[in-house]
Formats: sequence, C-alpha cells, structure tokens
Amino acid sequence: MAKSRFWLYFSSPKTFYPFSGKLIPWCVGVAAVLMAVGLYMGLLVTPPDYRMGDSYRIIYIHVPAVWMSMIIYMVMAGWAAVGLIWNVKLAEMMAGALAPTGAIFTVIGLWTGALWGRPTWGAYWVWDARLTTYLVMLFLYMGYIALRSAIDDPRRASKASALLAIVGGINVPIIYFSVKWWNTLHQPFTVAPGQESKIDPTMLWTMMIMVIAFWAYTLAVSLIRVRCDILEREKNSSWVAELLQGSSAGNKQ
Amino acid sequence: MKARNKRLIFVIVGVAGLAVAAGLVLNALNSNVAFFFSPTEVKADKAPKDRTFRLGGMVVDKSLKREDDGLTVHFQVTDKLETMDVTFVGILPDLFQEGQGVVAQGKLGSNGVFMADEVLAKHDETYMPPEVQDAIEKGEKANMQKNVSTN
Repeated sequence: MAKSRFWLYFSSPKTFYPFSGKLIPWCVGVAAVLMAVGLYMGLLVTPPDYRMGDSYRIIYIHVPAVWMSMIIYMVMAGWAAVGLIWNVKLAEMMAGALAPTGAIFTVIGLWTGALWGRPTWGAYWVWDARLTTYLVMLFLYMGYIALRSAIDDPRRASKASALLAIVGGINVPIIYFSVKWWNTLHQPFTVAPGQESKIDPTMLWTMMIMVIAFWAYTLAVSLIRVRCDILEREKNSSWVAELLQGSSAGNKQ
Repeated sequence: MKARNKRLIFVIVGVAGLAVAAGLVLNALNSNVAFFFSPTEVKADKAPKDRTFRLGGMVVDKSLKREDDGLTVHFQVTDKLETMDVTFVGILPDLFQEGQGVVAQGKLGSNGVFMADEVLAKHDETYMPPEVQDAIEKGEKANMQKNVSTN
C-alpha cells in the first residue's frame, strides 16, 4: 500500500502547500529563461518561411499557446473528475486554479491566430470547423469560471462546475481532429505523433522551447493560485493558523 | 457498491454516452461542417445550387489571367481530378499563388464558371526556409533535365 500512501501524502493540502511552495521558484525560473531563449531564437535566429516570410514567426506564440490551452482543458477536466468521483478536495482546487490560465491561453491563441490569418489567408476570422470549435472552448472555460464563482459554497461549486468541465472535454478531441475530419481553411497537422514533422528542425526546436516555457509558466501560476485557494479554504485549520502565526512573527516558513 | 464507485461508473458511462452522441451529431452534420467543396464535389452536384458556397483547391499553374481593368482575374482551381474556372473581381490576398491552395466563396454561374466574391489563400502545413525551397526546386529541375536527357 506504499504507493497509495504516497499519493495520499500529496493529496493532503497540509503537505502539498509547502511542497508546491518549493516548486514555484523553479517553474518561474525555467519559464523565464526558456521564454527569453525561445523568443530570441524565434525572432532573430530562425530563418524566415519560404512563403510567409517573417509573418510566420507568430507560430512561436500561437502553437504553444493553443496546445497549452487544450492540454490545460483536459487536465482541468481530469482533476474535476477526480474531485467529483473520489471527493478529493485538492483535485477540486487544482481544477479551479487551471481554468483562468487555460482561458487566457485560449484568448492568446484566438488573437494570434487572427493576426496571422489576416496577412496569410486574407481574413481575421472564418467560421471553419477548427476555428469555431476552438471558440467554443473559450466559452466553456468562461462558463466553467462563471459557474464556479456563482455558487458560494466551494464544494458545491466544484461539483457543479466539474460536470460542465467533463462534458466540455468532448470538444477537445473534436478541435484537434477537426482539420483531419473536415476540409478547413486552417492547415492540417504540421507536427503530430506518428507523422514526420513538416517544419524545419530549427523552427521546430524553437517552438518546443516555447512549449516547455509555457508548461513551466502554467505550473507556476496554477500552483500560486491553488496555494491561495488552500489557505482560504483551510483557514480554520490548525496548520494554517500556525503558518500565519509563524509569518506574522517574521519567520518565513 | 460504494458511493464513489457509483460516481466513477456514472462519469464513465456519461462521457461514453456523450462521445457517441457527439459522434452521431458530427456525422450527421458532416457535409455542413465542410468549409469548402472540391471541384470534384461540385461537378458531382454535391454543392448547393443557386446559393453561395466555397470552392477549394489548388490554383492551376499558369492559369491566372488578368483583364485590362486590373481587378478582374480568371484562374482555374483543381483537386487533381477535376478543374473549374473561377472569375473574381477584387484584390487577391498576398499569398495567392499559382500552384498553391485557395478557397473562393461565391456562386456557380450558369456557364459553369464559379463567380467568386471573396478569395482566401490557404497555406499548407509545411514551414521551411527559402533556401530549402530553392534547393528543392533546383533538385526538381535537375531531375527533370536528367529525365529529358535520358529520353
């Protein structure tokens, strides 16, 4: 039973709080360094594209942001399901902490896509399957956040919003495969599992650096958010009282 | 059965049911979700008559012709099986090129010519530096010359 005890150890807010506090500076550091490297390489080192020239460089923000927003949705729905099924408080909080970051990345994805679409396709927006299903994901994020904040009791809010998150999860594979299932204006997969990548290796590596940077950023901000949530929900417990006493006496934990 | 197992089964069955429902809906929507029709589909009468639709495909090499007014252009769109004539009055997007993808919105004229009122360039999923493209073109030319000389 050692394995299950390991997970139980970290599923307790009391042990997760200091552990996550140690992780955050690392995540922030990795995100800052890789983002600087990625942007430098993306804007100055990588070659222009043979057709789009320099305007393609928005790919270094667009693709990592879009991937991140879709991954965050799946992780959020996963935590929401764990919270709903096994009644794990920390999982409920993790789901809630991921939503704003996912929504922001979705907005960035739509925005950079529009800025890229105008010079490339000749239109900021078209109602093709990829763009439309992706817009639906933004509405799902907003609905999730709104529903969560509309119910005062945090546990009831988590349960109600968990259902929305899980149901909306159906949309993510539809977004992903939309360019394969239907003819869309958006181009099909450039990089996908089981397929040779159709992008120059330098461009691919730069993009991957940005992807890791966005992962680290997401981890950092969602952990910061979940720690706030932990303190708020556990404010009546003895360990939070001790922590607050410790910090008000000037001793940092 | 424990309550949490019940909830687990509820969630799994629920998601599976939703996935099936979504699959059926998307399958039913299939033709409406398509952003454009290919020339083959248009020739097979799958595109709506007397109504605006989008036609997508590759611009045929050396098919682009401009009229003297400078705005009216004629080109051909192909999906490598069927080819259609397109007429458009307006400014083409920067990325519009022969041999590249295009999506035109408009109506099918009675003479079989597609009258476009909007043209969008479709770019493919390949990203590479111009030098690589040059190298590929040179390689293709060299190959062609080789073939010509061996014939």
